[in-house]
Amino acid sequence: MSNYYDDKDLRKFGKISDWNETLGTKFFDYYSEVFKEGKLTAREKSLIALAVAHTEQCPYCIDAYTKDGLQRGITKEEMMEALHVGAAIKSGATLVHGVQMMNKVNKLDL
Amino acid sequence: MAQTSLQKRHSDLAQSNKQLEILSGGIFANGELETFKSKISKTNQFPLKAKKLEILQINVGYMCNQVCEHCHVDAGPDRKEIMTKETMLQCIEVIKNTGAHTLDLTGGAPEMNPLFRWFVEEASKAGIKDFIVRSNLTIIRANKKYYDLPDFFKKHNVHVVSSMPHWTKGKTDKQRGNGVFDKSIKALQELNARGYGMPDSDLRLDLVYNPSGAFLPGDQVAMEKDFKKALKEDFNIQFHNLFAITNLPIARFLDYLIASENYEDYMYALVDAYNPAAVENVMCTNTLSISWDGYLFDCDFNQMLELPVNSKAKHISQYNEELLEGRNIVISQHCYGCTAGAGSSCQGTVA
Repeated sequence: MSNYYDDKDLRKFGKISDWNETLGTKFFDYYSEVFKEGKLTAREKSLIALAVAHTEQCPYCIDAYTKDGLQRGITKEEMMEALHVGAAIKSGATLVHGVQMMNKVNKLDL
Repeated sequence: MAQTSLQKRHSDLAQSNKQLEILSGGIFANGELETFKSKISKTNQFPLKAKKLEILQINVGYMCNQVCEHCHVDAGPDRKEIMTKETMLQCIEVIKNTGAHTLDLTGGAPEMNPLFRWFVEEASKAGIKDFIVRSNLTIIRANKKYYDLPDFFKKHNVHVVSSMPHWTKGKTDKQRGNGVFDKSIKALQELNARGYGMPDSDLRLDLVYNPSGAFLPGDQVAMEKDFKKALKEDFNIQFHNLFAITNLPIARFLDYLIASENYEDYMYALVDAYNPAAVENVMCTNTLSISWDGYLFDCDFNQMLELPVNSKAKHISQYNEELLEGRNIVISQHCYGCTAGAGSSCQGTVA
């Protein structure tokens, strides 16, 4: 395989149902239900998806939700702000483990 | 941001046959994507046929004070095509006798035709139910001689439909040119001050949203909500409806798509979003477009691609509504732009 990620593959996402229609259909039904307007607006959900796409480091999702955001009129400043929320949680999740490190040091160190 | 028209730049894409070559070549010629004809044939919608005429759209000239990046007309200050009084007189005869309920003046900036006011005065006498002028807003603030346009529109009960690509300055100016946002805001405030766009007002003010790049418009209802909230909160501006319109791969938008290497992805996006329900109500089936020199087209896009109506009546001088009804609509791959998602027309979504 020459490339692990090809942007053209995103269009083929639906094909995962070809090899397991029952689960594929269930997944896509669930997916589209999740993104419908609910207590949160579809716009808010799009921004959450964009931030998670980055924390998950999924190139397909980043392409998809950047485009989705533009289509919804979301500005680049709003997109970047959403990313920082994801980044803050990511770095927070790293740093909060520092407490475990400190606990361990305090236990082991004289 | 474009500075001059493709025509002025002597670009290949100023020629409609070059555009049509691109639209029929590449991914459509090698079978990667299905042609529009093949697509609508599968749902027994080929040939598309004109229904009863509802909207008469007249393009009074390609001259414009703006040079927008996405313009399918390739309009600009350097375009000299302007409708003459002789053609206008022929149009007025048609307007007096048409069965259409809507008259829609467009351009370029229609206000830049020196006979624009005379034409509006004469046309308004015909008593057509809905008389639209597509105003780019900045023209109202472009020169003192246009400052009274809001009063003029009000006097003739003109329905103003104005372009506004975003509620933020950055995205608006990027598509339409520096300073466009501020002038548009001022013009909208002027229109509001005359009663245009106010909740219970009969003076209709609608906005047109075109995406500012190689992507499709989002949901029209959601966009309208966001536009209304932002314009009210930030500038105390009100308007009636938002029309979300898809950019068609024609003229300057086609040039942009190719130059930015987005053409194939954009065509894929249009084809993927194809919606047969939108084909049912696509605007060419109830609209007739008249060019500045009086020729008849199925829509403004076909006008720019120089694809004339498939009818014996090809010019305003041969106008015959009965003859035109039931004609086969002329199609090419650009038509995918009007059938993607919820569809797109000069009046917004159609499905």
